[in-house]
Amino acid sequence: MTVVDSRVSYVTAINQALREEMDRDPAVYVLGEDVAVGGPFGATAGLAEAFGERRVRNTPISEGTVMGLAVGAAVLGLRPVVEIMFVDFITLAMDQLVNHAAKLHYLSGGQLRVPLVVRAQCGASGGWGAHHSQSLEAWFLHVPGLKVVMPSTPADARGLLKAAIRDDNPVLFVEHRGLYWGLGELPAGDGVVPLGQAAVSRAGRDVTVLATGRLVGAAVTAARALESEGVSLEVIDLRSLVPLDLDTIVASVRKTGRVVLAHEAVETGGWGAEVAARLQHAAFDYLDAPVERVGAPDAPVPASPRLEAAFVPGQEQIVAAARQTLGR
Amino acid sequence: MEADEARALLSTMWTIRAFEERLAELVANKTLAGLVHVGIGQEATAAGVCAVLHEDDYIYTGHRPDGPFIAKGADLGRMMAELAGRETGYCHGKGGHMHLVAAERGLLSATGIVGGNLPLGLGSALVCQERGAGQVVAVFFGDGASNAGHFHESLNIAALWRLPIVFVCENNGYAEFTPLSAHTVVERLTVHADRYGIPTATLDGNDVLAVREAAAEAVARARAGNGSTFLECLTYRLSGHYVGDPQRYREAAELEEWQQKDPIARFNRQLAALGLDAAVDAAALERAARERVEAAVAYALDSPWPAPSEVSTEVYA
Repeated sequence: MTVVDSRVSYVTAINQALREEMDRDPAVYVLGEDVAVGGPFGATAGLAEAFGERRVRNTPISEGTVMGLAVGAAVLGLRPVVEIMFVDFITLAMDQLVNHAAKLHYLSGGQLRVPLVVRAQCGASGGWGAHHSQSLEAWFLHVPGLKVVMPSTPADARGLLKAAIRDDNPVLFVEHRGLYWGLGELPAGDGVVPLGQAAVSRAGRDVTVLATGRLVGAAVTAARALESEGVSLEVIDLRSLVPLDLDTIVASVRKTGRVVLAHEAVETGGWGAEVAARLQHAAFDYLDAPVERVGAPDAPVPASPRLEAAFVPGQEQIVAAARQTLGR
Repeated sequence: MEADEARALLSTMWTIRAFEERLAELVANKTLAGLVHVGIGQEATAAGVCAVLHEDDYIYTGHRPDGPFIAKGADLGRMMAELAGRETGYCHGKGGHMHLVAAERGLLSATGIVGGNLPLGLGSALVCQERGAGQVVAVFFGDGASNAGHFHESLNIAALWRLPIVFVCENNGYAEFTPLSAHTVVERLTVHADRYGIPTATLDGNDVLAVREAAAEAVARARAGNGSTFLECLTYRLSGHYVGDPQRYREAAELEEWQQKDPIARFNRQLAALGLDAAVDAAALERAARERVEAAVAYALDSPWPAPSEVSTEVYA
């Protein structure tokens, strides 16, 4: 008997979201290096065949200009989805993203809108080294006008991407390469997941773990590991960093009184720093222990598999941080 | 040439000149705040190019936006109110001089990032191409932009996709305080566009008729679906790089030489040679331009300031 696995991979979910949105709205265009041939991971596979190479456009390796081009198209009503093949390359597009995409609505006094999605994948795996492995999302929290989204499951990858495409603001959509081939169920229907709503991935009572991307799964694994010690972790997947769902976070902290912030980005200046600052203001009276951060060490991403393993934070660090908040 | 056309061109140039002279004065005497770059002496490029654009065409400018904005019909009062930081400005006071937008006139944006507007122009040109209605984009920038990476990337993509865009390079010989020769060994900036396969022309940017003729050809090419054109308009800013620039980097003799080539005086001479001077009545056009600018200044200075709470509105759509 054949068992049919109804689950789909994260990267397939992204592909499906693009397909569904392109089908729904002729203003949705996909732009980027190699997108017409599916991209290196297949996120755009089959789109050019389905929608034509006018709407699924290969671009030269000119990230900065392609970003600006997408902005100039967005202000006239297109809904471009730009693929930055590795988030590391977004450095080349910073001017257009920070100085134009994020600001044109404001600087024009509301005359212009920039409905733009920038898809980029991040994360260290496989020993790909410092220019193909970083987690840079925190930089963009510092740029008013941008929204920043990080899905951790296939259902969220599809649902949040659809919401991002329908949003009238520039949205940086950060995918994690290490999650691309992980499987999950997709909901029936259009499955849109609104931006700005965190998800409780696992309910618990002793320590709140706030996580994004690959660290959400690591936190759930950590929760299972600590269960046998009688420690109960509540894992919250932030899903979107801007806007940040502070209500859900504070509700959890009121219950647990202890917080671990977990991201793969280097610890200094990561989103954990901002969330910690907000929490000490919004939930000061409920905190029973200092907030603990889990992040990568403050170093570039090394290439050697051994060093990379030492760099990337995971379940172990989350367990240790949770124990720390409990004084164990 | 008909007297009406001549009058329109001269009126546009005088309006730009009067607007910028008054603006510079108001900034210098601190009536207005801001880091303001005027382009006195460069009026012919904007007037010539915009004379062949349609209302539904689009423009991006660099940090000297007044010429193209005025030539494409932006409201002087709302412009000046924006420069005065008032609520009634085009951008509610949030943009200021280097970030002017008058979307209703197709003036999509100025930018404070040299060369940053070329990519934006490509994107709008892509939309024009997809609409298939013959609309075009003109992007104005200076010689300084030609050494920016985005400039080269943009020329390449414009050629590759045959985008309906006209690159208007106002080569005024200086990138801020430095002559072009100190930044590149390339003499004619059209060389860059040639290499990427874009048709080019180098022309006297202080001759409004020459600019109009070259722009007409470029715009026709774009409208017909035959791609972009690069126009190098040789000109000179008689004013400093910014209002307050002590201009220690150039000789008085050079300035005097270019004052002789002032595009307005030059067009007046052309009109006299054509026997159109009486019909055009330059003095009346200048007077009318200065009156319009005064009305704009009065409107701006009488306008309310934005409420402090506006600082946090329109961050997100």
